[in-house]
Amino acid sequence: MDLPVLWFGVAVLAWVLFLVLEGFDFGVGFLGPLLGRTDAERGAAVRTVGPVWDGNEVWLVAAIGVTFAAFPDWYAALLSGLYLPMVAVLLLLAVRGVALEFRGKHDSPRWRARCDAALAGSSLLLAATWGAVLGVLVDGLALAADGEVHAGAGALGGLTRSLAPMASPWAVLGGLAGVLLATVHGATFLSLRTTGVLRARARRLAVATAPALATSALAVLLAAGQPAVAAAAALLAVTAVAAWRRAEALAFATSSLAVAVAVVAVFTAHLPVVLPSTLSAAGHVTLRGAAASQGALELISVVGVVVLPGVVAYQLWSYWVFRGRVASGHGPQRERTRRPQPARAGR
Amino acid sequence: MDIELLTRLQFAVTTLYHYLFVPLSISLSISAALLQSASLVLDRRGAAQRSARHGRLALLTGKLLVATFAVGVVTGLVQEFQFGLSWSAFARFYGDVFGPTLAVEGMLAFFLEATFLGLWWFGRDRLPRALHLATIWVVAVGTTISAFVILAANSFMQNPVAYTVDEATGRARLGSFRDLLLNEVNLAAFPHTLAGSVMAGGALLMAVGVWHLLRGGHEATSEPFAAFRALSRFGAWLTLAGGAATALTGDVLGKVITRVQPMKMAAAEALYETTTAAPFSIFAYAPPGQDRPTFSVEVPGLLSFLAKGSFTAEVSGLKDLQEAYAAQFGPGDYTPWIPAAFWSFRLMIGVGVLAAAVALVHLWVTRSGRPLSVDTRLAPTVLWSVPVLPLLPLAANSFGWIFTETGRQPWLVLGLYRTADGVSPGLTAGEVLLSLAAFTAVYGALAWAWTVLVTRLVRAGLPADPAPRADGGTTGTTGTTDDADDADDADVALTY
Ligand code: HDD
Ligand code: HEM
Ligand code: HEM
Repeated sequence: MDLPVLWFGVAVLAWVLFLVLEGFDFGVGFLGPLLGRTDAERGAAVRTVGPVWDGNEVWLVAAIGVTFAAFPDWYAALLSGLYLPMVAVLLLLAVRGVALEFRGKHDSPRWRARCDAALAGSSLLLAATWGAVLGVLVDGLALAADGEVHAGAGALGGLTRSLAPMASPWAVLGGLAGVLLATVHGATFLSLRTTGVLRARARRLAVATAPALATSALAVLLAAGQPAVAAAAALLAVTAVAAWRRAEALAFATSSLAVAVAVVAVFTAHLPVVLPSTLSAAGHVTLRGAAASQGALELISVVGVVVLPGVVAYQLWSYWVFRGRVASGHGPQRERTRRPQPARAGR
Repeated sequence: MDIELLTRLQFAVTTLYHYLFVPLSISLSISAALLQSASLVLDRRGAAQRSARHGRLALLTGKLLVATFAVGVVTGLVQEFQFGLSWSAFARFYGDVFGPTLAVEGMLAFFLEATFLGLWWFGRDRLPRALHLATIWVVAVGTTISAFVILAANSFMQNPVAYTVDEATGRARLGSFRDLLLNEVNLAAFPHTLAGSVMAGGALLMAVGVWHLLRGGHEATSEPFAAFRALSRFGAWLTLAGGAATALTGDVLGKVITRVQPMKMAAAEALYETTTAAPFSIFAYAPPGQDRPTFSVEVPGLLSFLAKGSFTAEVSGLKDLQEAYAAQFGPGDYTPWIPAAFWSFRLMIGVGVLAAAVALVHLWVTRSGRPLSVDTRLAPTVLWSVPVLPLLPLAANSFGWIFTETGRQPWLVLGLYRTADGVSPGLTAGEVLLSLAAFTAVYGALAWAWTVLVTRLVRAGLPADPAPRADGGTTGTTGTTDDADDADDADVALTY
């Protein structure tokens, strides 16, 4: 089998899964405080992702790990070229994960308010930054023949080296799209997983934002002629209609697909170049040029074939265990009765 | 400013930070699994009260674990990116070996840990009891696999094995993955690291127990008192056993390292001349710029024993080794920074032994049912020093890594690849400086949040009995509320 191609597929799949799954996590993160008016409602919003966000985030570990394992040159060029934006992403993820995990562990309104603020701010910035980074990838980086981005003369202590791409039109567009997409996707997820007012508000938000996003996607289509964008726009139109018709599962499915299509489009736009250079063809990172040795690819293939089906199985099982809607009451997924237990002798 | 130095500093800061939470995660997951197993076994035997006590302790341990794990995960993610961010040249050279190793670790361990920790924490009401217990054991095994695989990657840098160098590109290529995992350095470093981790979690649990016992407020016959006494002794046993195991495995590791990196062990003793029956100094002071200490406290022959297993064996000195390396690799300075190696090695051992000694004293004082009683005049002082206790093994772990990594310099991969060659070629000092400042600020905030949360969790006392009652999934959990002062906390802990 052609292992580099196979592993390129796996890498893109891991990026897709990460962005689809964490896409709604990010959305929930900044929509929760917006849609949840009371502490209990905000808590319910966060609880929809509580048990699963970490498992979702491991898909980023997988994506970057697979990229490193199968295409070391791609990993090296991408990360060192986007040094500061990536550092920002990591720090935001750190703040976000800790805020999410710490929120309910201490019963104090001030503590929860602080965690909510950190969670909302970091989630919003993450959606924007990931969107911008994907936008940059459409164009590529200023990679020299050695696969590195070098600082231009007079650059602000070198800071502009990795920050400059984030100011490009594609990055700005990507950032906006990221926030909007996370909004729609987070809203469809919330309306699927919550009850009562929270569910209704989330659904209304999805109805309101999806058409706007679909329209702007169409505008991009007209400007740049990307066929994948048409698919994403069509999917988002279905999301809007489905949310409006209260077909919540369909709305969530189509918003997931819209994210997936956008990500696949970015990663495959220049094949066989996986990371284009804006300077010269010599700097392009290509699928085959960046691939690891046959032995390394065979190793991860064997391990992957054995292990990954199990991973998918137990992650699905976990979603199954935590199925059902989250109500805005106090306590975990179910109502908890707090009677002393009668059956215990000697207490 | 020197970019290589800045990049190394950033790597050291972020990695050492990750490694504050890792040993705690490893040992707290093992501890929670042990306590919850005990609870189940006791329940089956009809010892309801002791079963509930262990269940409550498992839940308390679990709270500390979940808080710690979160920070471990987000800082681990940073680690995963670092090699591309600041060490892209090294990532290209070493990617064929390290990339697959990390990918295997992710597929094999990280998914397990993350998914099953969620299942354990939130699944209490939803999973049958035995299955719920199994989930925490999966977490414990997952963290241990993580440690083994990542240490294999690090062991390659200490002692490269199972690779070839590609003629055309000059890069390392993975040979046998099995041999990479079974690197003799890894086989010695993994048990040593695991033992050091057990100490870290043990000291934390011991401190939690001791703090509650000393703080007073619980009747010596009350259930919380019995529980915290049990917790403090459980933690103390872990610390002591971990201490003994670090010493034994450290001795083995030292002999392996003497063989594969004689320079590091010579630096650990600042041994300039090749010596037979080399002594080990507990403390030494040499004025700047001088080879020989003007003052030192030495144990004769001990270094020879540590390095070679015989009190009279010959140990190579720095000068001879430097000459040999220069002859082999060309002119250059192959000696690591001696004070770092010398002091970090001693502090690792000293601080770790101190923690084990405290554990021993605690076990002695509370032996055969004795309650912990401290002279009332001393009590405030002891109470104040309790929070220092968990820091001791953590510090020992950090010193161990500082020794391991600085002692390998100037190499990134011993004999194959120099640190100076590894830095990302395009990277600018401004970028590293800015990110270093950002990491320091954000990591500082995380440490603050973690400390606040853990302190509050500990102060809140013993949570209500968490035993899952999901027989067929019909009944919800019923908290026992007989300890009115600490029961209210239990609900909150399970909530978002
Ligand atoms: C609680 C922690 C702790 C304690 C009490 C000790 N160590 Fe340690 N040591 C570590 C925690 C540690 C560590 C952090 O886990 C290291 C860093 C790298 C590694 O593999 O383990 C380490 C590294 C390390 C190394 C270097 C390995 C290398 O370069 O790859 C040696 C030779 C020793 N240790 C030897 C000892 C000896 C003889 C001890 C005697 C009591 C000892 N350690 C106590
Ligand atoms: C410098 C190299 C390292 C890298 C690239 C790295 C990477 C990571 C990553 C990505 C995670 C998050 C996993 C998740 O999302 O669940 C993580 C967590 C973890 N790592 Fe590291 N790690 C490094 C060093 C170490 C070392 C040396 C050990 C152990 C000896 C270790 C043990 C663990 C464990 C047990 C976890 C579980 C989470 C936790 O500690 O809270 N890591 N690491
Ligand atoms: C797979 C695991 C690891 C890899 C691949 C790795 C790799 C590296 C690299 C690339 C550097 C920078 C260059 C240098 O200064 O030597 C470094 C330095 C360092 N690492 Fe590791 N490391 C690993 C695990 C760890 C762990 C778990 C710790 C401790 C918590 C650690 C502590 C350090 C320290 C303190 C330095 C700075 C040394 C110095 O500047 O001289 N490393 N390591």
